Amino acid sequence: MADVMLEVRDLTTKYITRYKEDVYAVDHVSLKVEEGKTLGIAGESGCGKSTLALSLMGYYFPPLHYTSGEIIIDGQNITGMKPDDVRKSILGREIAYIPQAAMNALNPTRKIIDFIGDVVRAHDPTWTKKMVHDHARSLFETLGLPAEVLQKYPVELSGGMKQRTVIAVAVTLSPKVLIADEPSSALDVTSQKMVIKMLRDMMESGFIKAMIFITHELPLLYNVADEIMVMYAGQIVEQGSSKQLVFDPLHPYSKGLMGSIIVPESGLRDVKLTAIPGTPPNLKNPPDGCRFAERCKYVRPECKVTSVMLNPAGYGRGYRCVVPEPELRRFYEHGE
Amino acid sequence: MNMASNKPLCLSGKGVTKIFGFGRTRTVAVDHVEFSFHEGEIVSIVGESGSGKTTLAKMLLGLISTTEGEIYFQGKLRDISSGKKKQEYWRNIQAIFQDPFSAYNTFHKIDAVLLDCIRMRGGGGLPREKKVELMTEACSFVNLKFAELTNKYPFELSGGQMQRLMIARIFLLKPKILIADEPTSMIDACSRATILDYLMKLRDETGMTLIFITHDIGLAYYVSDTVYIMEHGKIVESGTADNVILRPQQPYTKRLLNDVPKIYEEWDLSTV
Repeated sequence: MADVMLEVRDLTTKYITRYKEDVYAVDHVSLKVEEGKTLGIAGESGCGKSTLALSLMGYYFPPLHYTSGEIIIDGQNITGMKPDDVRKSILGREIAYIPQAAMNALNPTRKIIDFIGDVVRAHDPTWTKKMVHDHARSLFETLGLPAEVLQKYPVELSGGMKQRTVIAVAVTLSPKVLIADEPSSALDVTSQKMVIKMLRDMMESGFIKAMIFITHELPLLYNVADEIMVMYAGQIVEQGSSKQLVFDPLHPYSKGLMGSIIVPESGLRDVKLTAIPGTPPNLKNPPDGCRFAERCKYVRPECKVTSVMLNPAGYGRGYRCVVPEPELRRFYEHGE
Repeated sequence: MNMASNKPLCLSGKGVTKIFGFGRTRTVAVDHVEFSFHEGEIVSIVGESGSGKTTLAKMLLGLISTTEGEIYFQGKLRDISSGKKKQEYWRNIQAIFQDPFSAYNTFHKIDAVLLDCIRMRGGGGLPREKKVELMTEACSFVNLKFAELTNKYPFELSGGQMQRLMIARIFLLKPKILIADEPTSMIDACSRATILDYLMKLRDETGMTLIFITHDIGLAYYVSDTVYIMEHGKIVESGTADNVILRPQQPYTKRLLNDVPKIYEEWDLSTV
């Protein structure tokens, strides 16, 4: 078995609002990513995908607060470390994060090389200008980006190139784990493909060891991820290999989600898209029992009472529902 | 296959062109485009960002003028030269935009939004009960409860609810043509199906022409009878959805289809 690059045990984090209410956006999440694997996280907006990504870095700033759980990166437990230490020795080196809409975050008055210089010097202030330049050039060569870009300003780059540059800046110190939060959702299909290819190449050459890929675009996730986790209202409701999740979902929510996939392939026009009525629960006071019960077609009285646990291993197949698997399959087969 | 083409023409254009700026900043956004949309047809205009699809939509709506070319509405040359004629035209053509959050006036309650539509249809003099009845009917069409919405402001609704309310508006207005500019790109995948269902139901009930402007080629294939592919302001390929998407002829369409992630076929990453 390959080494586990990132392991998260029972992580819970919360937002504290202005009115001192606790909102548990990540609720007892466990996951494991092995070396060379990509873990995909799917879910609708507001389900906690991005909060999970932020929480995984172990660097919390208000209104996000750590509650419980452990984060272990390549054998090193980073929970309980001082925020400054996390920033200095973990972020960028062990784990890197590409936030959503990152390409719009580039300061328009600075050249690309300066962004790389910033990252490098934040970890080691002794680097000279020449060292930064040499490092940046070899980095861009490894990632297959043109070296001219380094001397350009962000406005001179196209959207796709900007996004790839942002990724290059994020992986400057070759982190072990890369968290990519919707890295391609603002791009055209062709630029999106280039970004995905770059990420894939980085994985294959071992430049980064493991990746967590967050998106709501399921066809893309299917092509990128080895394993997929579906998140709903702060909890993981189902996990499994990407094939299992897309073609054979078990949890009623994943089933609904996969039923909404649209791809330009023959046969799609005859498929009836499924919609999930209703909205996710308010996380300020989540319902007892299953959080999806309100919207579930197959709801039973015990759903609203018993809280169901996912299998705790953090990987492999698992789903969070009281209904046993054969019964669920029977429901789906009969379309009822 | 394409049954709609037997129906009368609803909207058509000849050599429609839009040029922004002049001299060094001259940009040809839409370049001599020809199209013909029939009554009750669902059409998709597909293109990447910057291909001019939204500019074309704005010209169809009469929000911006054309630089060259003519647009025909129901076979006759469209005349929107005066404000009154424009209003007349807008009774027949309406739009839903991408961002439901910015489509509403923040200071107007939801009742006001819907009452406006009733007034536009000439129902301004109806008694209050009749208006409420109409509004309730429109809301129940999109599975919203009017009683819960009344006295609320748009920001109190979720994105999906706002987009559904948009459709309720269209239901009240019953235009001949509806232009939907990326109607589902801001909402979640699982609410997307709902929105598409309502739009298609609306088409079936009222027989309106539905024009989707989208970059999502899968969505275009799913909903439309006819697909137009735009590249750099030109329409490079058009035809029935099955022909264009499953048997594309032009290299641009082929590339576009090749670059979309798929789930049944292999997604070839080597060709970028």
